[in-house]
Amino acid sequence: MPEFAPDLSTNTGGIWSPNPFWLASAPPANSGAQIQRAFEAGWGGAVWKTLGVPIQNVSSRFGGHTIRGIQGAGFNNIELITDRSLEVNLREIAETKRLFPKNPIIVSLMVETEDEWREIIKKSIDAGADGLELNFGCPHGMCERGMGSAVGQEPKINERITAWAVKYSTVPVLVKLTPNVSDIVPHGLAAKRGGAHGVSLINTIKSIISVDIDRFVPEPRVGGLSTNGGYCGAAVKPIALHMVAALAREKGFGLPISGIGGISNWRDAVEFILLGSSTVQVCTEVMLRGYGVVEDMIDGLENYMRTHGFRTIPDMIGKAVPAFQEWGDLDLNYETVAKIDTDECIGCQLCVAACHDGAHQCIHPAEGTRVPRVDESECVGCNLCQIVCPVPGCITMAEVDNGFTPATWNQFVHEGMKLRPKKGAH
Amino acid sequence: MHAPTPSQRSESAFTDFKLPLLRDAAVAEANRCLFCHDAPCIKACPTAIDIPQFIRKIATDNVRGSAKTIFESNILGMSCARVCPVEVLCVGACVYNDLEQPPIAIGQLQRYATDIAYAEGWRYFEAGPSTGKRVALIGAGPASLAAAHELRRLGHACTIFEKRAVVGGLNTTGVAPYKMRADRAATEVEWVLSIGGIEVRTGIEIGRDIALADLKRDFDAIFVGVGLGADSKLGVPGEGLAGVHGAVAWIEAMKLGQVDVSSIRRAAVIGGGNTAIDVVREVLGLGIPHVEMIYRGTRDRMSGYGHEWSAALTEGAHAEWNAVATAIEGATRAERVHCVRVDADKRPIAGSDFAVDADLVLLAIGQSKLGAMLAGLGGITVDAGRIRTDADGFTGRAKWYAGGDCTNGGKEVVNAAAEGKRAAHAIDAAIAGRGRAHA
Repeated sequence: MPEFAPDLSTNTGGIWSPNPFWLASAPPANSGAQIQRAFEAGWGGAVWKTLGVPIQNVSSRFGGHTIRGIQGAGFNNIELITDRSLEVNLREIAETKRLFPKNPIIVSLMVETEDEWREIIKKSIDAGADGLELNFGCPHGMCERGMGSAVGQEPKINERITAWAVKYSTVPVLVKLTPNVSDIVPHGLAAKRGGAHGVSLINTIKSIISVDIDRFVPEPRVGGLSTNGGYCGAAVKPIALHMVAALAREKGFGLPISGIGGISNWRDAVEFILLGSSTVQVCTEVMLRGYGVVEDMIDGLENYMRTHGFRTIPDMIGKAVPAFQEWGDLDLNYETVAKIDTDECIGCQLCVAACHDGAHQCIHPAEGTRVPRVDESECVGCNLCQIVCPVPGCITMAEVDNGFTPATWNQFVHEGMKLRPKKGAH
Repeated sequence: MHAPTPSQRSESAFTDFKLPLLRDAAVAEANRCLFCHDAPCIKACPTAIDIPQFIRKIATDNVRGSAKTIFESNILGMSCARVCPVEVLCVGACVYNDLEQPPIAIGQLQRYATDIAYAEGWRYFEAGPSTGKRVALIGAGPASLAAAHELRRLGHACTIFEKRAVVGGLNTTGVAPYKMRADRAATEVEWVLSIGGIEVRTGIEIGRDIALADLKRDFDAIFVGVGLGADSKLGVPGEGLAGVHGAVAWIEAMKLGQVDVSSIRRAAVIGGGNTAIDVVREVLGLGIPHVEMIYRGTRDRMSGYGHEWSAALTEGAHAEWNAVATAIEGATRAERVHCVRVDADKRPIAGSDFAVDADLVLLAIGQSKLGAMLAGLGGITVDAGRIRTDADGFTGRAKWYAGGDCTNGGKEVVNAAAEGKRAAHAIDAAIAGRGRAHA
């Protein structure tokens, strides 16, 4: 394997960054001192926590979702935009820019009127902003005041405010999209019509993280009450990946994407890049573990790029987008069956329980051995056994040559192509 | 009712060899459990506790339900969590062993759930509607306690006769104190008895204070759970010297009171079973600097568990393998053990004599069997001192059942618990006419 040094620099809508890892607009990007430490740790860029009319926050603000003992597998917050004065933030932006001129600072903004937008954009750019991110995504607190996701959910308002920002800005403008919509595509297209140079997504998902089952109050608890918060963290990644990919493959969109949503390590980042992101933004993992997580993100990404021969980030961007298609274009004649490696099997029989109770009843206990038997004539190739198997490589899904020509549902409906007999459909 | 455990005891010097788990560690460990289908760990447990289920309940913070799952199968689940040789039972059967990964710490998880249940005072069981039937249980060890508790759930009145002042059997008098100390065993006895309706009569020896015939007259069934008898003797000169003790008797003295080891510099333990290894570790733990185990076989053939001997080695134990004691010598008390090497057929090798200096000599070569007490009763077979029963603990003579060490020759607490519970159901079937009845 060649030991070349991959070039991690990347460009999102005209915002250049030494690597694709940005702090998302959130508590880890709240102040100059924090962001300066983050840049020292290796973060490429930072989206400054949203500036606007300073607000007052509540106690408490965060909630964690524990999954099988993993704390913070999901996360939510009811914190609002910055609660610090505009002057302090602007002064620290300027100071940080002076200390770290090569690391882009993207200033997140959320105000109401056109005049307010014009004024805050000018001040941000004067302070040294390399780009702006319009916060059309916040799903709690701000939306009740007609901002945040209240903007992001209305394509016409999104387009109008984006157009104001682009008109008044001399630096690239990214629009941060909310996932609290039924289809992300019209909202991305609205940002594009407004003249945005790129989009960032996803913002947080409207959520109740948990309920205090002894006090009968949802969490996070503010005295005796709670409210809906924004869900994020590792658990939201699949939703974010889908929305990123939905825009990336949309003909007529074509804007750069800064991917956000549950990115916790280099592997997550690679997935977002392969589905069309040119940068990725991280918040929750930093909140849980600190800025130091970026070292492995960079190192892991470099090793991945070496393994695949990617010399630059643009070589990778969108590589998996063409393989993301509609269900009707999948080959119905493609067939796999589960194979259990009898030497590797430890006899836990999780696959037996999973197949019997959760799938198609084709894996059975066998006489005289703990290694189960797959009835391949009944196996539908669903993958469940492989997902529950605790032994890496023990269960593989083997392709079956069934002699049928590939045929999709669309080809079956429109061209009468022949489909293989169904399995497991008794 | 029965004697309290004295507070000043030599065993108090010991702390737990396996530490209790705090909540986060317990939940993390519980989440590692694969929840196997048809799980091997359940099959390896003599009481067939639904281990994956109780572990899953720990993972979800349903500790109350977790402990119930354990106690439903084994009312002595708290002590078994500490004293079971899990390495050769449930943990040994964990599929993670085949993956060459650390197996689930089932014993520590069971301790976590059951300790919390005790601390919280959760009660799960109540006596069944009275049947008017009475069952006598001889011996207040794990077998009788498990049997009595189950009999109470089925509505039968129980009376336990115990010749000692203390109850709990070997759980109280014999368990290595780095696994469980006597006060904890006493707590378990109280917990079991709290179901109510179990009369415990201590200081009464059946056959001496009460005739067997009287028992048969006064009770509808009798369960014999007398355990084992006195330590076996070597039959060599010098065995009567001061400083020579049977291991089981010495352990009991150490657990229930105080043994003076202040002047002991070297100890010798004769035997190679689990009692021998226990007492080696106990003597080391009390600060005796040099402890030599003298065993007639080799390490790989000893009946003591390999994991226990490994622990003893790390604690500084020494051993003389293929050696038998021929005499114990000393002026006023034991000073040395004369030994001779034996070959693979245990025959002495001429000229191989040697001596092991020891001012404390502990004999751990087995215990006498007590089956003879029943030998006069027709229909009961006593085989080399062990009472023969069928799989349900029935002796073959109407009304008479047995379980635990007096039938199995000396196994684990968990075996006694399983046998006691099975016998309770057999007794119930016979005296209450429920299910399958014997004679």
